[in-house]
Amino acid sequence: MSEKKYTKKDFTADKLVKWCPGCGDYAILAAVQKTMADLGRPKEQQVVISGIGCSSRFPIYMDTHGFHTIHGRAPSVATGVKVANPDLDIWLVTGDGDGLSIGGNHLLHAIRRNVNMVVLLFNNKVYGLTKGQYSPTSEVDTVTKSTPYGSIDEPINPLSFALSAGATFVARTYDTNPKHMQHVFSEARNHRGLSFIEIYQNCVIFNDGAHDNVLERTIRSERLVELMNGEKLIFGKEKDKCLVFEGLELAVKNVADVNEADIVTHETAQASPTYAKILADLQGADVPSPIGIFRQVERPVYNDAVIQQTEDVKEKYGMGDLQNLLNGNASWEVKSDAHPIEEEFTTFTP
Amino acid sequence: MSDNKTNILEIESAVVRFVGDSGDGMQLTGNQFTDTSAVSGNDVVTFPDFPAEIRAPAGTVGGVSGFQVNFSSNPVTSHGDAPDALVAMNPAALIMNVKDLKHGGLLVVNSDSFGAIDLRKAGIESNPLENDTVLHETYQVVEVGMTSLVQKALEEIDLKASDKKRCKNFFALGLMYWVYDRSLEFSKNWIKKKFAKKPILIEANTIALEAGYAYGETIELFNNRYTIKSNDMPSGTYRQVTGNSALAYGLTTATFSSGLKLVYGSYPITPASDILHELAKLKHYDVRTVQAEDEIASIGVALGASYAGSLGVTATSGPGLCLKTEFVGLAAMVELPLVIVNVQRGGPSTGLPTKTEQSDLMLAMYGHNGEISVPVIAPKSPVDCFYTAREAVRIAVEYMTPVIVLSDGFVANSSDLWRVPDIKTLDKVDVEFYEGDAEGYEVFARDEKGARKWVVPGTPDLQHTLTGLEHNTLGDISYDGENHQKMTLERAEKIKNIAKSLPSLEVMGPDSGDVLVIGWGGTYGSICAAIKELRKTHKTLSYTHLTHLNPLHNDLEALMSRFKKVVVVEINLGQLHKILRSEFAIDAELICKIEGKPFLVSELVNSISEYL
Ligand SMILES: Cc1ncc(C[n+]2csc(CCOP(=O)(O)OP(=O)(O)O)c2C)c(N)n1
Ligand code: SF4
Ligand SMILES: [Mg+2]
Repeated sequence: MSEKKYTKKDFTADKLVKWCPGCGDYAILAAVQKTMADLGRPKEQQVVISGIGCSSRFPIYMDTHGFHTIHGRAPSVATGVKVANPDLDIWLVTGDGDGLSIGGNHLLHAIRRNVNMVVLLFNNKVYGLTKGQYSPTSEVDTVTKSTPYGSIDEPINPLSFALSAGATFVARTYDTNPKHMQHVFSEARNHRGLSFIEIYQNCVIFNDGAHDNVLERTIRSERLVELMNGEKLIFGKEKDKCLVFEGLELAVKNVADVNEADIVTHETAQASPTYAKILADLQGADVPSPIGIFRQVERPVYNDAVIQQTEDVKEKYGMGDLQNLLNGNASWEVKSDAHPIEEEFTTFTP
Repeated sequence: MSDNKTNILEIESAVVRFVGDSGDGMQLTGNQFTDTSAVSGNDVVTFPDFPAEIRAPAGTVGGVSGFQVNFSSNPVTSHGDAPDALVAMNPAALIMNVKDLKHGGLLVVNSDSFGAIDLRKAGIESNPLENDTVLHETYQVVEVGMTSLVQKALEEIDLKASDKKRCKNFFALGLMYWVYDRSLEFSKNWIKKKFAKKPILIEANTIALEAGYAYGETIELFNNRYTIKSNDMPSGTYRQVTGNSALAYGLTTATFSSGLKLVYGSYPITPASDILHELAKLKHYDVRTVQAEDEIASIGVALGASYAGSLGVTATSGPGLCLKTEFVGLAAMVELPLVIVNVQRGGPSTGLPTKTEQSDLMLAMYGHNGEISVPVIAPKSPVDCFYTAREAVRIAVEYMTPVIVLSDGFVANSSDLWRVPDIKTLDKVDVEFYEGDAEGYEVFARDEKGARKWVVPGTPDLQHTLTGLEHNTLGDISYDGENHQKMTLERAEKIKNIAKSLPSLEVMGPDSGDVLVIGWGGTYGSICAAIKELRKTHKTLSYTHLTHLNPLHNDLEALMSRFKKVVVVEINLGQLHKILRSEFAIDAELICKIEGKPFLVSELVNSISEYL
């Protein structure tokens, strides 16, 4: 494919962006536009598909082909697009409510089918568009208008969900780090299969600072561990902390206190998803949040298999012949001079 | 020739019903009998009737499966009312069906399955064959020990006893071929093909078939045999086709010959699943099928495919249509072609999955949030499913709109004799993807029909985003009240315009008079037969059958105004009736029933007579 020279502007629609000032979505939009420009794939082949939510307004602001569909169902629409025309690049934008609440089932099945597309899940741990109810990723005890005494349902972990469904590319990034977002987005695009990316996104209006426990500038280096394939899980401002296995769990140690060999080396291509799941489960005050690509493996891609099966059948039976189809294999011929029976109906003309 | 002295009477038509346990192979038997009759030049209409449970406990009334065929030397439209002959393989099947048999009709029973256990399973205490004198007085009862006769005939064959027993349906078939003076050839050939991989089964089933025939010949148990003359059928290729198959073929021919790919998203549900089964085989006809995770996803897949330049189609039955409605609204709002087939079954909720009904008309017409009009069309017979599917594709593509096809369980599963059309004589659908100038391109600019251009992703310079939010002609989101009114009216006007493209209404009988009967969908066959019957004495009775429910035909109002009375016939509590009354403020009458079964011709003759 010929790679064209694009700039971010080529992917920017001439429309007023209507997110709240300070919303994390702006930075994600810019990062996607920049990534597309850098990838240089034909602009007309880029298709952005979304559900409903603040985040799902995304395609409106992109100068690409786009489809802003209905709440939670974008994965099914995207699957249909890929089945009809596998050459298109699909970017699916969804929120924590859109993708994990109303659309959880569709997302699950798109992932298990491994439809070739990039899924961007904007996790602001709240329903933004409907003005601030708690979401399936909100922690227990979250107080919102719909949970004045605190939420009581256990949240879901988007990455554990994706890994359990069999995702072949799983990553996490965050809205205040354009470089990191662009890197992850472009790796995701270049992966064959469904790439699932959770983006920590800030909703300034209804859940400001929801990710501050890991992203706040002053503590970030102590609270995030950046995953880099083939490299040790070491973090901290002074690069003095690391992760080692204790049984089936990852524990935080001082680099000085352990054998270098015991520090876990990050490997994205492990056959089993168990390691990636353990990483995804790293949550809480005592452990850092991993950022970057958790897992990347090869598995048959649904839309490839659709085409392959079609080709195989055509190879086996030849291109279909409609007359044969209609005749079927239990028809018989009649030869006679009889005329078709006269219709007992006549046409009505007023 | 035979020495059997049984008279062979020449008759015009007959109705035969085969009933047994769902494991007894009654559908197959009925289909064979039908094909043989059709090949020998009779017109045929069938009506299979099966239980909702796949294999309810053997021998119980819940597991009774039946197949009725009406065959005739003249054209037939209905599957026939009361059978002239009933073949019952067990007591449950007998007690469930015998009340339908014509008085004096032929009742053939497998007397080997009337033991104490069989009777208990059927929930009866005494053996009707032994103790029911009324049964013997009302019908011509012929008791045949089919199971033991088959086992005897297959003595030499190296098969398990249980496998031998399973050949008894071919014995019954052979016997009925003898009664109706039919040739065994068609079924023998069929057996050969069907069991090509298991020669032992070819032998066993063929012997069973012949043994049944020979049994009729040797045992003089029957009062009469019958023969039905061939029709004078015009030249052509003929076959039997069910509604669901015809529908799949209609979709495939319409898309394939127009150069469109067909993407079919579906989630299994009775009685629509056979459409998926049929289409899944047709990958070499550019058909791609996706068995999605639910009905919502399956219409989502279809809509995504239409967006990307294929024709998206989805099919379901009532409960599934409920789930799809939000997506139907989106398709109408973004104005993409899409075909939604609803093979109606008894409702509400899970209702009567294997029974027929016409009670989703209101849902199809009005089951949308907001002011949106969705075209609704309905096939009138199994063969008509082919043409209706093609019409749905035409409307969807020409008008850039979702279209709902209301089939029903009866039309879907029963079959007609079909003179297969020459594919070259079928119209192509005009498909045009706009790839022209970006200068001046507006997403919702309309042609003279009111349709917008189909621009698919991948087209350079025409990037735009579709949205289910209200938008203006440019495709940009707009919350402006005036714009909303304008766009709402434009979308409604577009659907109204479809009426201009419809062929004339067809009327049986004069175009003015006393009573106009109006039907729609799968009731056509029964209504036709009833009207023909009544018109022998009532010359001012007429009938029109609506194929398009939305928009209604532009001439319908004029036609109705020429009759003193309008009578609507449907299998629900009066949905078209309500629509006609509210659309045209007319005082229409209603004939309806809701028993999960098609109308009997005699029922309609009686109820229509009341208005004459
Ligand atoms: C069928 C349906 N139900 C409910 C809604 C209302 N609704 C719109 S967006 C939304 C939640 C969005 O939350 P999320 O996906 O997290 O997106 P965010 O706004 O936070 O980006 C809800 C409940 C809807 N549009 N459609
Ligand atoms: S409500 Fe929250 S998520 Fe929505 S636009 Fe405003 S800041 Fe962003
Ligand atoms: Mg959210």
